[in-house]
Amino acid sequence: MDNETIKVGYTLPTHTQGPISRATLALFAGASNDYVPLHIDSDYAKAAGMDDVFGHGMLSMAYLAQMLTHWRPQAALLRWNVRFTAITPLYATVISTGEVAEILEEAGRRVARITIRTTTDAGLVTLDGEAFVALD
Amino acid sequence: MPVDRKHLGEVSEPRVIDVEKGQLRFFAKATNETNPIYFDEDAARAAGHPTIPAPPTFLFSLALGAPAKRGNVLDAENGMGVDMRRILHGEQKFEYHRPIYAGDRVTLVTTTSEIYDKKGGALEFIAQDTEATNDAGELLASMRVVTVVRNG
Repeated sequence: MDNETIKVGYTLPTHTQGPISRATLALFAGASNDYVPLHIDSDYAKAAGMDDVFGHGMLSMAYLAQMLTHWRPQAALLRWNVRFTAITPLYATVISTGEVAEILEEAGRRVARITIRTTTDAGLVTLDGEAFVALD
Repeated sequence: MPVDRKHLGEVSEPRVIDVEKGQLRFFAKATNETNPIYFDEDAARAAGHPTIPAPPTFLFSLALGAPAKRGNVLDAENGMGVDMRRILHGEQKFEYHRPIYAGDRVTLVTTTSEIYDKKGGALEFIAQDTEATNDAGELLASMRVVTVVRNG
């Protein structure tokens, strides 16, 4: 890919992961050091007023990171942020998308400001934010 | 119960944690990672890395693996003592300075930067900034976690 050709409106290759099963959540809890029982213990989640266990926000953010690092090397990712806008339900498929919103010049480098989000296959936006990725 | 504003500006004790290769591989497996640099050392070297790199969100897991006592949101004895069932992860931000690799020893320091409320106190927001440094004292990465507390 020629980074010179990346302009405002360019869309990153979509990255799809899931569906999120109970096994996905159990593995991610262990691998990510996140032992909050809301994600792995249905009894606990129901007692806390939830319908069932639900996906870790950081699992979807890890998927978003994959979209970014499969597109450009990780060293090009300078900074990024997301808001968690909805809970990721069990069995959801998580679709990561990104679109270049602006091309900036930072310390002599071409940097893309990319609007990023995760959406479930039911159309629910679960994370939304922006990433700053160096293009050179 | 509102979050005690005395924690505003509080700085945690430094915590040291090792970046473990096995855990990086487990993280890659658990996230269904397909890029081999995140689980195969030869692939990582072929891509110019000394070993397996920590992926972009892994600093969050390091902080969970070495939680602060002072200023901890959940810790009733040393921190804020918020009920785990009332909290949500509201926002997350990362900024990178140097790569983190398997085998690195990282020191984490967390500052409680903001505590504020919305909706007449029904929602409170706790913003905590964590800096990760290496043994030479160089800044590797920083992150901000915004935790939402539901008081309603």
